[in-house]
Amino acid sequence: MKIGIPRALFYYQFYPFWKIFFESLGHNVILSSPTNKEILKKGIELCVDDACLPIKIFHGHVADLMGKVDTIYIPRIVSIEPKEYICPKFLGLPDMIRNSIPDLPCIMDTELNLYRGKSKIFDYVFKLGKDLNVNKNRVLVAYYKALKTQKQFEYQLTRELRIPQDILNETRQIQKDQVLEKKPSHIKVLLLGHNYNIYDDFISMGLIRKLRKQNIAFITSEMVVKKNILEGTKKLSKDMFWTLGKKTIGTAHYFLDRKKIDGIIHVASFGCGPDSLVGELIEKKIKRDYTIPFLSLNLDEHAGETGFNTRLEAFLDVLEGRGYIEDNFSTYG
Amino acid sequence: MFWKDVDILKITFPHMGNIYIPLKTIFENLGLEVIPPPFCTRRTLELGVAYSPEFACLPLKINIGNFIEALEKGANTIIMAGGIGPCRFGYYGEVQREILKDLGFNFEMIILEPPQGHFFELLNKVKCISNKKNNSVKDIVRAIRLAWKKALLLDQLDMESFKTRPIEITRGQTDKVYNWLLQQINDIRHEDNIDNFKTKIIKAFSNIRISDKATIKVGIVGEIYTVLEPFVNLNIEKQLGELGVEVSRNIYITDWVRENLLPAFLKPKDHTKMLQLAQPFINCFIGGHGQESVAQIVNFSKKGFDGVIHLLPFTCMPEIVAKSAIPRVSQQYCIPVMTVILDEHSAETGFRTRLEAFTDMICHNKEVNDFAKVHSRN
Repeated sequence: MKIGIPRALFYYQFYPFWKIFFESLGHNVILSSPTNKEILKKGIELCVDDACLPIKIFHGHVADLMGKVDTIYIPRIVSIEPKEYICPKFLGLPDMIRNSIPDLPCIMDTELNLYRGKSKIFDYVFKLGKDLNVNKNRVLVAYYKALKTQKQFEYQLTRELRIPQDILNETRQIQKDQVLEKKPSHIKVLLLGHNYNIYDDFISMGLIRKLRKQNIAFITSEMVVKKNILEGTKKLSKDMFWTLGKKTIGTAHYFLDRKKIDGIIHVASFGCGPDSLVGELIEKKIKRDYTIPFLSLNLDEHAGETGFNTRLEAFLDVLEGRGYIEDNFSTYG
Repeated sequence: MFWKDVDILKITFPHMGNIYIPLKTIFENLGLEVIPPPFCTRRTLELGVAYSPEFACLPLKINIGNFIEALEKGANTIIMAGGIGPCRFGYYGEVQREILKDLGFNFEMIILEPPQGHFFELLNKVKCISNKKNNSVKDIVRAIRLAWKKALLLDQLDMESFKTRPIEITRGQTDKVYNWLLQQINDIRHEDNIDNFKTKIIKAFSNIRISDKATIKVGIVGEIYTVLEPFVNLNIEKQLGELGVEVSRNIYITDWVRENLLPAFLKPKDHTKMLQLAQPFINCFIGGHGQESVAQIVNFSKKGFDGVIHLLPFTCMPEIVAKSAIPRVSQQYCIPVMTVILDEHSAETGFRTRLEAFTDMICHNKEVNDFAKVHSRN
């Protein structure tokens, strides 16, 4: 069977697992094309207008897969960490797709819900196996194989400091981005935001490409080990119940405390519920206790690239200027 | 600790419809001073919008406006509800505290978190604060019981007014009676006076002169704050009433308390049953009232309503998911649904026009249908 996986949302986090899992059960995995104008257009047409950009783009990816595959895999990702959620739109994603896209092929909407504990992952894989009509032993074998690949993927992110884009696209040449130690003279930027926004070249308007071109060293929350993120979240007076928001704010606090960075860029999509509050909390924190420049980029389908570039350049100029002034401060006053 | 520095606690809380009356009752009966925020006005909204994050949803902004106005009036302790997500409401308190701190106010914020939360934790917390007032469990229970009875009366008051407003002969009569009774409920001090108040409400409304003109029935569903707070929904219930529409809500304060604050075994059974109506469209809990909105649309259509209005604040996450299901629900159950998104830019005139158009459409539909029926008989 040909299983289609949309190249959007949790593709950037779980694709290695899904790919190996389905392939070892004897199925073909087919990805949708990388996000492009056509996909965006279709997504906007199909999706309810108030949804955020990544959700709209997801609709476009599903439409892109239609006709090419036998079934589309759209998991209902309720929770990937105990006592945390992703976002209501993820909870209702298969419903949104079913309600908005006519003539859908059959979709697999297995529920992934680790709210009550990590061991619930077995419920999820067994349900997947049941949908695919495979017995439990084979499912377990496939699960451990897939898990190994997923672990390797995460290792590459956190230890080798590569970004998901490069690993998933299997770019040969290894580009080390987090060169904090190796190139101390470079400007270091903390790039915050949901993985499906910053790593999608189309949504983020090539933000990562542009930073690389300018020789800016950057680090994202995917590259930070969980322990450090948790250390950052300890500062919160109430534990945050959004996994992605927690990751963002934890990373921000961790690096702010260590003063390892020159600036922070926060990428959020317009109308993102969690980010509207998380962004505010980070901004308030920085304003109050630190003197680090903070750039907040809000993306939607109307964002123009020129304006985006201008803001990014201005921000990088500020960072460069600060470095320059500090380095060449006249000793004679 | 903060409360050691101040002698008298002056408690405040955010507005949400008439909820201030039962809340005030609880705290006052425990011997605490209450300063409810002034009713929401343009100023409340402007203050809220000025100091809140731009993309936060409207309830957060209005809450901030309420808090600022209450703190200006001298309140020093804010009571706020918490939550466990995934709706943003659960993190409101944390963000609001930061915002108000940055504005330089000196206050304490008490956030009540479920599931350990519920009412008793609130009272425990309040009890710790006001250790001068030795309230026994009996006092607390008495205070809650009085508040609960008042809440029931308030819901009854709303329901009665929905019935009479569309058919009153002198416009404004219902509102007059409503406000008069509201004041009376607010002033009740003892439980003894409450028991015969129910009949008093019915009697008061029956004195209003009514016509026998036919009404159409419209249900209101959506996010709880926008449904309950008349300032935010631009008095939708009153406006529809004036247009000759009998309104019904999907949510009342007492229902909400029953469904959310009571332990599982005391929860009303029909609520879970009702949620199952949403199954084909929205298959699981999606936070907030998203699933409930869809289920209620089905429910209203089964009860023979002529239309449904769906309210949500701009960027409300659960309701956006619900909105995606509405075209299908509306088609399948043959019921017109209008979604109204509310934010700080909503204006009454444009809103009124939309309501008029919606009711006109329903009336026209009805006429055509009736006409067809008459013809088919001949």
